[in-house]
Amino acid sequence: MKLELRGITKRFPGVLANEDVSLVVQPGEIHALLGENGAGKTTLMNVLYGLYQPDAGAILVDDTPITITSPGDAIAAGIGMVHQHFMLVPVFTVTENVMLGLESTRGPMLQLDRRAARARIREISERNNLRVDPDALVEDLPVGVRQRVEIIKALYRDTRTLILDEPSAVLTPQETEELFAVMRTLAKGGTSIIFITHKLNEVIEIADRITVLRRGKVVGTAIPAETTREQLAAMMVGRPVQLVVDKDVAKPGEPVLEVRALNVRDERGQPAVIDLDLTVHAGEIVAIAGVQGNGQSELAQAITGLRTIDSGEVLIGGKRIRADPRSIYRAGVAHVPEDRMKDGLVAGFNIAENLALNNYWFPPHGSGLRVDRQKMAETAERQVGEYDVRTPSIFNNIANLSGGNQQKVIVAREFSRDLQLLVAVQPTRGLDVGSIEYIHRRLVEKRDEGAGVLLISTELDEVVALGDRIAVMYQGRIVGILSPAEATFERLGLLMGGAHPEDHTPDEMAALATQA
Amino acid sequence: MTDERPTDPASEAPTPANSGATSTPAGAGEPQATTTGIGDDVARKDPAGDRRPGRLRAWGTALLPTLLAFFSAMVVGAFVIVLSNERLLGLLVSDPLTGLGESLNTVLNAYAALFRGAFGDPVRLFEALLTLDPAALRGSLIPLSETILSTTPLILTGLAVALAFRAGLFNIGGEGQLQLGALAAVLVGFSLEGLPLLVHLPLALLAGAAAGAMWGFIPGALKARTGAHEVITTIMLNFVAFRLVDLALRNPLYQRPGRMDPISQVVQDSAALPRLIDDVALRAHWGIVVALVAAVLVSWLLFRSTKGFEFRAVGLNPQAARYAGMSIGGSIVLSMMIAGALAGLAGASIVLAPAIRTLTPGLGGGAGFDGIAIALLGRARPAGVVLAAFLIGALRAGSTPMQAATGVPIYLVVVIQALVIMFIAAPALVRAIYRIRAERVVGGEAFAKGWGG
Repeated sequence: MKLELRGITKRFPGVLANEDVSLVVQPGEIHALLGENGAGKTTLMNVLYGLYQPDAGAILVDDTPITITSPGDAIAAGIGMVHQHFMLVPVFTVTENVMLGLESTRGPMLQLDRRAARARIREISERNNLRVDPDALVEDLPVGVRQRVEIIKALYRDTRTLILDEPSAVLTPQETEELFAVMRTLAKGGTSIIFITHKLNEVIEIADRITVLRRGKVVGTAIPAETTREQLAAMMVGRPVQLVVDKDVAKPGEPVLEVRALNVRDERGQPAVIDLDLTVHAGEIVAIAGVQGNGQSELAQAITGLRTIDSGEVLIGGKRIRADPRSIYRAGVAHVPEDRMKDGLVAGFNIAENLALNNYWFPPHGSGLRVDRQKMAETAERQVGEYDVRTPSIFNNIANLSGGNQQKVIVAREFSRDLQLLVAVQPTRGLDVGSIEYIHRRLVEKRDEGAGVLLISTELDEVVALGDRIAVMYQGRIVGILSPAEATFERLGLLMGGAHPEDHTPDEMAALATQA
Repeated sequence: MTDERPTDPASEAPTPANSGATSTPAGAGEPQATTTGIGDDVARKDPAGDRRPGRLRAWGTALLPTLLAFFSAMVVGAFVIVLSNERLLGLLVSDPLTGLGESLNTVLNAYAALFRGAFGDPVRLFEALLTLDPAALRGSLIPLSETILSTTPLILTGLAVALAFRAGLFNIGGEGQLQLGALAAVLVGFSLEGLPLLVHLPLALLAGAAAGAMWGFIPGALKARTGAHEVITTIMLNFVAFRLVDLALRNPLYQRPGRMDPISQVVQDSAALPRLIDDVALRAHWGIVVALVAAVLVSWLLFRSTKGFEFRAVGLNPQAARYAGMSIGGSIVLSMMIAGALAGLAGASIVLAPAIRTLTPGLGGGAGFDGIAIALLGRARPAGVVLAAFLIGALRAGSTPMQAATGVPIYLVVVIQALVIMFIAAPALVRAIYRIRAERVVGGEAFAKGWGG
C-alpha cells in the first residue's frame, strides 16, 4: 500500500517534536527515516501508529485520508510496528505471543486454537525467510530471533506497512545481515517498510529512499546511490562530521594490563573466558572485536573486579590487585560499562550524584562519614562544562538526559583522573553520530596521555577506526591479533565466525576472505 | 572538528520562542557556529531554565496530592458517618431536606470534635491564656499533649520504614523490632537501681535501640547472605517477637511480683522519660524530642553522609552501586540495623513513657505497622514522616474525645486513615478528581507500587 504523511506537526509543552513533516512510502519500498536521537523520528512513528494525535497534518493510505486514534486503528489500516524494546511475554511460546490479542478459539470450551495459529506462523515464516520455532519459549530465544517474532506478530495481523524502530540497535552484525535479508524479502512481496535508524552504513545498504529529520523537520531526502555517508551525516547533524578518527601512530610503553591464562565463568556457570592471555601497553588502544556473547563482557568484568576469576591472573601495572571494584579503581583503572543505565548510572540520582558515584567517599567529595555536596556540585559544574554534557542543570535527574549525554556523564567521571588503564565496553552503543565522534576523540586523547585502553566493541567500524592492535574473541578465546592494516572487515568477520588463522596459510586466509 | 560550546547565550537555555527562531538552514554540510546538535533536545525539554527547581515548589508538588488525598478521605468519611447512622438514614428517607441538614450537622460536629480532641478548643485555650488560670490552661492543653504522645512512636517507626525503603528494602518488621526494643528497654528500666536519670534513661533507650537493631540485623544478614526476601523474614520475625514478649512477661525475671497476667515490673523513676510539662494530666514527654532528633539524624544520614549515599545508590540501582565499588550486602545489613534501632527506640519510648512505665502484650497499638503507612504518606522523606506521623497521631488522639462528644465511633479515624493511604497510593485517582496535571511525585508512587518487588 502507499502511505503518505502530509504536514504532520506535533507539539509537546515547550517542544516542537515534529514540524510540517511530509513523506511518501511507496508499496514495496524500504524507506529509511534517518536522524539523531531526539530528532523526532520516534514521535513521528508514534503519531502514525496512533499513540499520539498530531496537532496538524493528515495521514493518507492509498491517497485516502484516514484517522488513526489508537494502535488498533493503525493495525486495522495495515500498519504494524516493531518497537525498539520488544513487547513480548517471556514465559509464553512464540505461538502464544503471536496470538496474543487475536486468540482464535475452537470448540465449546473456547480452547485456544494453537494449531491453526501455528500453521499460519509456519506459513508466514517460510514465505518471508523468518526462521523461528513456533513452540520455543520466548525467554530462551536470542535477541535476533525475538525480533523475528515481533515481525511475525506484525505480519500475522496483515501488516502491509511495517515500521521498524531502530531494529539493529540490539543486533550483532550477523543478525543485522539476517534482518536485512528478511526486509528485502518482505519488500519484494509488496510490504512497505519504514526503517528508523541513525546508522549511516545501514541506510546506504538497505534503503530505497532516505528521509532525514533534524529537530523535528525534514531537512532532505536522498537515494542511496546518489549520496555518501558524509553527506547524510552532515544533513543529520547540521554540520560536517568527521567519520574517520584522526589519530597518530601509537607509542606503546610499559604493559599496564597483563592477563595470564584467565578462566572465568558466566552467570550460568559455563566457561566464558578460557585460558586467555592478553597484554595492553600504556599508550595504545587494544580493541577486542567479536560477536556479542563470546566472553568479552565477562573478560571486562573480570578485569574490573566485578566477576570472580576461576584461575589465572590479572596484573595491573605489573601488580596483582585485590579483585574488588574499589581496589581496582584505586589502582587507576577506569571502566566504561557495557550498559550505561544498568551498571554505570543510578537513575533517580541527579547528574552531580552520578558524577560522584565512585568517588564520593574520598576528598574532596567525602571525608569519613560526611559527603560535601558543595564540592560535588563544583566538580559537577566543571565536568559538565568540560565534557559538554547538555543539561539545564547539574541537579537534573540523569534519566532525563539523552543517551549521548548520559554516556558523556560516564566518560566525564571515568576520564577525569590519571589513569593507567581504561576499559571501555561498547562505549558508543545506541549513540548518534555527533556523540560517537566525541567519545572516539576522547578515547584517543586518553591514549595519547599515556593510558592503556582496552576497547571492547561489536561495531567493526569502531574497532578498526580506533584499535592500534585488534584482537578477535571467539568462544572465550582470543583467536587472532591483527594490526589495523591487516584488519579488513572480511578477515575480522572470518575470525569472529571461528576460523582459526593457524589452521590456514595467509594465502588460504586471503582466499577465504574473498569467498566471504 | 573542534567541539564548540554555543557562544550565543540565548541558545544555552532555549525557550520555546527562541528554539523556534533558531531555524536551521536545510542545506547539508553547512558549518554552524551556534548550534552543535546533540542534546539541544534535552535543553528544549525543560524551558524552565538552568536553575535548580525551587524548594518551595518541590514541597508544594509533594504536599498537594497528600492534602487532596486527606480532603477526599474526609469527604468519603462523611458518607461513612451518615451511612452508619440508622437515625439519619431513616430521616433521609422520610424527610430528605431535614435529613440532609441533620446529616451535614452531624458530620460537621464529628469533625469539629475530632479537631478539638486533637488540638484543643481554640476558644478555651484563648480564655485560658487571658486568665492564666493554671487549671484552665492545663485542661486546654490536654488534647495537644495527647496528640504529641501518640505522634512520638509513630515518627520513629515511620523513619524505620522510610530509611529501609531508601536503601531498597521493605521493612515490614517495624512492629517486631518495636516489641524487642520495648522488651530490652523495660528490662534495663526496672532492673538497674540507684542510677541517676542522666545515665539510666539513656541506657534504657540505648538498650531498646540495640535490641531493635539486632532484630533488624537478622533479616538484613539473611538477605545479604542468602538472598532471603526481607518482606517474608520481617513478617515472620514479627510473630517471633510477639511470642518472645509473651514468654518473657511470664518469666519471673520480668513478671511483676504477685501478678498472674503477663505484665512487667515497673520502670524506675530514673529511667522514665520526663514529661514536657510536669503535670499528671499532660502525658506528653521528652520522647518527642528524641524522635525529632532522630528524624534530623536520619535526614543527615541519608542526604549528607557517605553511608546514606551508598544506601540510596544501592536502593535505586544495586548493580551500579556494585560497579561503583560499594558493598551491597554491607549496605543492606547496616540499613536494616539502623531501621531496627529506630523502631526499637519507638518501643522504648512507649514503655519508658511516664504514664505507662511497664510492658504488656500488644502495647503500642500497632505503631510498628502504622510506620508503613506513615512512611508512604511522608514519601520516605524524614520531614514528610514527621508531618505524616503528626497527622495520624492527631487523628488517633482526637478519635476518643470525638466518640465521647458525638457518638461517632472511634473506628471512623481508622477508615479515614485507610482512605488517605488509598488515595495516596492511587495518585491517578486524585488527579482525575481534581483535574491536576500529571506531575512526577518523588517516592510515593514508587513506594506504593513497589510492594510487588
